[in-house]
Amino acid sequence: MISTVPTDEFTLAALTLILLEGAGAEEGVDLNGDIADTPFADLGYESLALLETSSRIERKYGISLDDEALVAAETPRALIELVNRQLSEASARDKV
Amino acid sequence: MRVVVTGLGVAAPTGLGTEAYWSATLAGRRAIGRVTRFDPSSYPATLAGEIKEFRAEEHLPSRLLPQTDRMTRIALVSADQAFADAGIDPGELADYDAGVITASHSGGFEFGQNELRALWSKGSRYVSAYQSFAWFYAVNSGQISIRNGLRGPSSVLVSDQAGGLDAVAQARRQIRKGTRVIISGAVDASICPWGWVAQLTSGRLSEETDPARAYLPFDDDAGGHVPGEGGALLVVEDDEHARTRGARVYGEIAGYAATIDPRPDSGRPPSLRRAIELAIADAALDAGDVDVVFADAAAVPELDRSEAEAITDVFGSRGVPVTAPKTTTGRLYSGAAPIDLAAAFLSIRDGVIPPTVGTTLSDRYDIDLVASTPRRAAVRNALVLARGQGGFNSAMVVRAPQVID
Repeated sequence: MISTVPTDEFTLAALTLILLEGAGAEEGVDLNGDIADTPFADLGYESLALLETSSRIERKYGISLDDEALVAAETPRALIELVNRQLSEASARDKV
Repeated sequence: MRVVVTGLGVAAPTGLGTEAYWSATLAGRRAIGRVTRFDPSSYPATLAGEIKEFRAEEHLPSRLLPQTDRMTRIALVSADQAFADAGIDPGELADYDAGVITASHSGGFEFGQNELRALWSKGSRYVSAYQSFAWFYAVNSGQISIRNGLRGPSSVLVSDQAGGLDAVAQARRQIRKGTRVIISGAVDASICPWGWVAQLTSGRLSEETDPARAYLPFDDDAGGHVPGEGGALLVVEDDEHARTRGARVYGEIAGYAATIDPRPDSGRPPSLRRAIELAIADAALDAGDVDVVFADAAAVPELDRSEAEAITDVFGSRGVPVTAPKTTTGRLYSGAAPIDLAAAFLSIRDGVIPPTVGTTLSDRYDIDLVASTPRRAAVRNALVLARGQGGFNSAMVVRAPQVID
């Protein structure tokens, strides 16, 4: 029942879209700017916004993200890398 | 210590913003109609007072939209308006100098309904993380606090319609204990199927389909009320603080009392009368000093009778003008009394009592109802009444601003 979007890679553009849908954008923050290494806290997202974001990523991509790894992913780049690791592990499992 | 009101933010079905509400109220314009926010045809009650032209995205950052119920969005905008009206920039107040005390009837029902639907139809992974607080009674206080950086005393009062006065009374207590500014009042909005079903259980909703005949307090044809959405936020302030900064003062929160009715089968009388007497005494006034009563106006015959009798017992036969401008909006639950407080201050300001719309006064009630058209009158002291289901009675006296030479 989880609709899995076939994709090779989770991108900053995909993350930005999910952030906007799930939590909106803080006034004065340009999500289309160079935000890959800006901590989520500085972008105006607190833990609940990140919980909502990870929940949307999980159901859209059919993966499960580890809670501790999520907390450790403090920037968009770190979160994107975490998601992509999960995606490639899931795809490797599918091929076995 | 005098506790005064220096800012008003009103959101009513009849008008968004204080002056839009007030001019519609004086004109007796009614905003009751068939529910449009969902299809009401399968429900016994089909009319509501809806706010039609509110677009949250025009007033609030997108960051707040995914995490707020409709009632919270309206409350946040009304709080902004109240602070602007008071001439206060909340960012300039010291963190602990200002707090938020609101009332809530049912919390964020529409938000909760949507998330419950997601839970049942798709599964727990589809429930918003913001459901953790967005439905909650205290959420309007919390969101107003966060948006404006108010870290002073903050809380929520839950006592149905009476809560709208109980919250402002709690604000007065906190001002007297030393907080400079409290934003207080209530906004309720639960015109959604889940909220509707919950309200129907009261047995007090009007099933009339003609908007002009649906909410007729103190009328022989009274058959329940029409629910509405909206409310008001008031900036409550210690008088010295207000005067030091040269604020315009609408008036004073002069007296308040709350009582609980005895058990229905106890044989003892209801206690609204006692709440009225205690509130007038708390304001150090006599009944003869009160210039107008804003009635609770349940439009349920036995409740209309007990309210009319309480008013007549205290003020005598047709001894004081009585009005219910909420006949234009429907009952707004906790949001109703804060709007009545705003109307009372505007009556004081403009020397006019707004009308009760639609009602033909029953011969059974010996009250001086201001019906159909506004009445010119000098208003110095106004009494606002609010009752909540479950026996809550609250009464608040507001007074014209003191003239200081």
